[in-house]
Amino acid sequence: MIGTVTPASKMAEGVPAVVSSRFGVPDGHTLAGYTSSGSYKGYEALRQVLEMSPAQVGSVVKDATVLGRGGAGFPAGVKWGFCPPGVWPRYIVVNGDESEPGTYKDRLLMERDPHQLIEGCLIAAYAIGAAQVFLYARGEMPHAHERLAAALNEAYAAGLIGKNILGTDFSVDIVLHWGAGAYIVGEETALIESLEGNRGMPRLKPPFFPAAKGLYMAPTIVNNVETLANLPWLFNHGVEQYRSVGTEASPGTRLIALSGHVNNPGIFEIPQGTTTFRDLFESEIYGNGIRTGHELKMFIPGGASAPWFFPEQIDLPLEGRLIGGQGSMLGSGAVVVMDETTDAVRAALRLVRFFARESCGKCTPCREGTTWEEKILQRILDGHGRPSDIDLLLDVADNISPGPYPVAADPGNDLEAIPFPPRQTTICPLGPSSVAPITSAIRRFRHEFEAKIVQRDLISVSSEPFTDLPEQSSLAHGAVGHV
Amino acid sequence: MSEKPRKIEITDPVTITVDGREVTAQNGELLIDACERNDAYIPRFCYHPRMNPVGMCRMCLVEVDTGRGPALQPSCMIPVAAEMVVDTKNEQVSKAQDGILEFLLANHPLDCPVCDKGGECPLQDQTMAYGPGESRWVEEKRHYEKPIAISETVYLDRERCILCDRCTRFAKDVAGDPLIHFIDRGSNTEIATFPDEPFSSYFSGNTVQICPVGALTAKPYRFRARPWDLEEVESTCTGCSVGCRITVQSSRNQVLRFQGVDSDPVNWSWLCDKGRFGFEAINSEERLAEPLMLSSDGTLSPARWAEALNAAADAIRAADPTSVAVIGGAQLTNESQYAWAKFAKGIIGTDHVDAQLGDGLAAEVVLGLPGATIDQVCAPGSTVLYMGPDPKEELSVLYIRLKHAAQEDGVQIIELSPAASGLSPYASASLHYRPADLPKLVEALLAGELPDQGLPGIDAAEFTKASQALLAAEQNLHVVIGRANLAESADCVAVAASAVHQALPGATFLSGLRRANLRGALEAGLTPGMLPGRSSLAEHGQAWKELWGSVPSTAGMDTTQILQAAAASKIDVLILLGADPLADFADRSLARRGVAGARTVISLDRFLTASTRQADIVFPIAGFAECEGTHTNLEGRVTRLNQKVTPPGTARTDWMIAAELAALLGKDLGVERDAQELWDEFTAHSAVHAGVSSAALDHPDAADGLLLDLGPRPFVTPVAPHVAPQSSYSLRLIVNRTLYDQGTEIHHCDSSSGLAPAASVRLSPADATPLGAEDGTQVTVSSPQGSITAALVIDSGVPKGSAVLRHNLEGADPGLLIDSADVVCEIRVEVS
Repeated sequence: MIGTVTPASKMAEGVPAVVSSRFGVPDGHTLAGYTSSGSYKGYEALRQVLEMSPAQVGSVVKDATVLGRGGAGFPAGVKWGFCPPGVWPRYIVVNGDESEPGTYKDRLLMERDPHQLIEGCLIAAYAIGAAQVFLYARGEMPHAHERLAAALNEAYAAGLIGKNILGTDFSVDIVLHWGAGAYIVGEETALIESLEGNRGMPRLKPPFFPAAKGLYMAPTIVNNVETLANLPWLFNHGVEQYRSVGTEASPGTRLIALSGHVNNPGIFEIPQGTTTFRDLFESEIYGNGIRTGHELKMFIPGGASAPWFFPEQIDLPLEGRLIGGQGSMLGSGAVVVMDETTDAVRAALRLVRFFARESCGKCTPCREGTTWEEKILQRILDGHGRPSDIDLLLDVADNISPGPYPVAADPGNDLEAIPFPPRQTTICPLGPSSVAPITSAIRRFRHEFEAKIVQRDLISVSSEPFTDLPEQSSLAHGAVGHV
Repeated sequence: MSEKPRKIEITDPVTITVDGREVTAQNGELLIDACERNDAYIPRFCYHPRMNPVGMCRMCLVEVDTGRGPALQPSCMIPVAAEMVVDTKNEQVSKAQDGILEFLLANHPLDCPVCDKGGECPLQDQTMAYGPGESRWVEEKRHYEKPIAISETVYLDRERCILCDRCTRFAKDVAGDPLIHFIDRGSNTEIATFPDEPFSSYFSGNTVQICPVGALTAKPYRFRARPWDLEEVESTCTGCSVGCRITVQSSRNQVLRFQGVDSDPVNWSWLCDKGRFGFEAINSEERLAEPLMLSSDGTLSPARWAEALNAAADAIRAADPTSVAVIGGAQLTNESQYAWAKFAKGIIGTDHVDAQLGDGLAAEVVLGLPGATIDQVCAPGSTVLYMGPDPKEELSVLYIRLKHAAQEDGVQIIELSPAASGLSPYASASLHYRPADLPKLVEALLAGELPDQGLPGIDAAEFTKASQALLAAEQNLHVVIGRANLAESADCVAVAASAVHQALPGATFLSGLRRANLRGALEAGLTPGMLPGRSSLAEHGQAWKELWGSVPSTAGMDTTQILQAAAASKIDVLILLGADPLADFADRSLARRGVAGARTVISLDRFLTASTRQADIVFPIAGFAECEGTHTNLEGRVTRLNQKVTPPGTARTDWMIAAELAALLGKDLGVERDAQELWDEFTAHSAVHAGVSSAALDHPDAADGLLLDLGPRPFVTPVAPHVAPQSSYSLRLIVNRTLYDQGTEIHHCDSSSGLAPAASVRLSPADATPLGAEDGTQVTVSSPQGSITAALVIDSGVPKGSAVLRHNLEGADPGLLIDSADVVCEIRVEVS
């Protein structure tokens, strides 16, 4: 399921393996493996950092422009600076609740190189003066949990975590917390609620910006696993080398989880901003081509909540701001490829169903709207669609995310891209994310919806299953055929 | 919705633009309130002005521009800032609001015609005002079993629920009983209790009132009326002395519901369930509807009013004034209290009048100490020295206010109590003293150090924390006093309060005495040695003599002394004003001997009680919602009580009976038409009542009532009671109350009568272990007075060396152990 793991040797030429250098090392997850293999020597960066001032550490991260790898792509060094001065205690929360369909990069980082993450946590904790680090790992990743727990024990035993780390005055604890299985807890304020022992539901920002009012209402920096995993390499090799890969605005590498209809799905560490989707799909070291004998129909560039891209967008580089301008997002780096065998309506349903199931239930539009979207799509697929359902879907979607929704350009129909992000009537973007597959699919493949819809308005609004009405039922199936 | 934005004083005005108009708002207040106050009401479901906002329903989305372009924002979460531009009605806002309503209605059943909420339903009302009119939802709606009981009184219909988080937030944040919560996710989210743990909160009824749909309904009101058939008047709950404002709603001359009114200085719209559902007692079929007299066969039989009044007047006329005694009166209106004070002291000429049943505090302490209001006690910056009863059990809405003060406003509570209470979790320091040690503890706290030998059960670190907080408080110290232990002399708390008053003269005091209008009774002079308006008989007798014609020459006896005199056959006429000493007086033996020893017992009551059954003459009286008058709460706040229904049968208001008896004795009580004449006479002659005249109470600004003058009066410092050295009886008894007990009122409420807990003996683990007893073991508690048996509950909230019994529960009567002559009650506990 996790596909191929790219060993360091299969990196593109001249590109260092910043975070994935131990993915292929059998004991890379142990302290011994971490200090003896990979693209740098483990815990060396920590030793260096402890000789610097916290402010110096922060400015290195800022100068390197380490972008957040969780989805929003916000520079980590800048985020660290948002802690109100003089307010203590502060916390670091590591967001390891990765659970969007198609996204599985953090899982590998936690399973295969837990010490790299721990060292990143320690560097960040030192930089902001955190009293404690909370490592929140997704509940469905028991293997990651075991590896992290074992690595933490080793690191504690080696004096790398806890009181007076490496004989210095620096002390910090790292607490491993196992999630209970909710996608929404990947949203940072919901994650904080969950850590506090509450039901995972997002808080409104403002006033609850975690950097100011986070965990236990104290300043809290929430960082993604991959973001922190970048730090040991950065401090071993320096800002200049870090910035030598990728682009000016998006330096370094990032992990891409490639799945779907390619010959070689898997996790790949690619240079940020310079690799195009075409490279990713076709290069031998990455996807190795669309499934043989098939052609690309559409792809999701950044996880289930990203609006879809189509063959026209294949030459765009994987760069956050650029993709945002083209109507989608790079998000958490999950690219899902769909070839021409994919039913657009069914694909939309699968994605919408995920959001409907994972809605936390807090905001009315998301709680009720995502389920409504799912029911309409299911009904269309079941052959009980009505012509008015397409507009209904779009309007329900509009009530969750009002106004023009981000979508890719469609040059064939002279339609321009609408840039990211969408607007929302909800607290967090989960509900509005459910709109992405709907607007993407309807704008491009409206004919597929229409083909599944009976070409007459059913006057009946009976809530009884239509299958009880043989005449209508056969009509419906006759018009649509098997779906 | 019925909730109104909280009244605020604008201290930091900013100008914002609402729908094109420039308006003034308080900087930082919530936009939803600022708009409503400026005539731009924003629809909402989850927002409640007395709870922290959650931004859950999204109905209050408006377009807000803070300089970065307009965006839809939930106005319940947005603090007002200068130059904010708000549009509450434009096309985008309307579209969003229409969308939210359509979403909410998608799964909401259209059973309005059979729904109790129909007609007063925020969802119904806002659908009419804002909704799109038609739904496009053609799918199957959600289905759940409907309704399910989540407690003995509250039912939940999950199909109607719109998941606004009001009930759950209330339970967790306001009541502190987080017994209901969301389970499951997305559109399958539902409200649920924890397995085998019902929503048995003392405050559960509030969730029914604040539910914006008909999802939560309460057993006492289900299917009883439609909102449009209800008539209502505002009044004050007389379930306890807090004085929560309510509306009394009735249909066809029957009271059907009480709803909390948001009185800013008192109850903030919250009620306890005992108060909320207490209306059931009004409608009880066991209400007395005609006078009763002891007939020749020894039973109480119906009598005509003239017969009963003549018999009572004859008995009073025949008795020496000093052999007439009056017990009770705390449930009466201020007017009836004044009438009875005047009748007893001015006309009969006896000062043996006591509204308290040995479970209160001396009137001169309550009325003499400088007074504090609930708002002052709970204001940010306040430090509270709490020496009262468990507020959650006895003064439930005061508990809500104190909890809020501690949790939200940083108020420091120093709790001194014999055992852990519902307030303990919110106290910044909690000291549990051995019964009778309170004066010593307070003395030590004021001195800043524990005596060398320490005090039993007092932790040194906690003591230091408490002492430092107490001594740092200065002008912001507020002291709540009351009876945390009925088995301990009232002098203990009086001495402690007096010590605080002398050491820290800036401290003010709130008396947490439970009986509804006890404060009013004391103010009216229904207490020995005092006359109305905090006048002492000795010093101000002359002024009232001029008005009344006569006043007693010497101070009379209190309830304990009256019962002792009666037991010695020295009381000819004992008048019980709604009092039931046989159930309520702590020393059961003395109560029995006293009531039996009085030659003639005259009772004014709404029900046949243990004491009423011993009476010779019983007058049925009009109770709450059946008469007009005023009420004084524990702060000294006077509010109007209004009549909504007629009393049963020929029952009359208490003051009428006093007036009739006075006439039969050839005297004039000075009242011809209505109770207001009594109030006018009272307020005209009492300096402390100068500001609460009828005219002042009728002023529109007096909706929350008016405070009496709370300034201090000189009083004699009580003498510390002498406690005999510990006897061979090893434990000291604590007797306290639970909200639900076998009290007359609650006994006649169908929904609440079964909620009283079983009697138990509560011991600390340290005292239970040596007995070899565990939870549920039957143990016998003995004192020199007697012994009782009940099941043991091991309770870590009880300190070592003490045992807790509850007052007035079925199965074990601590009154059998208590000798009212003792300062403390020493007991022995053994496995039965």
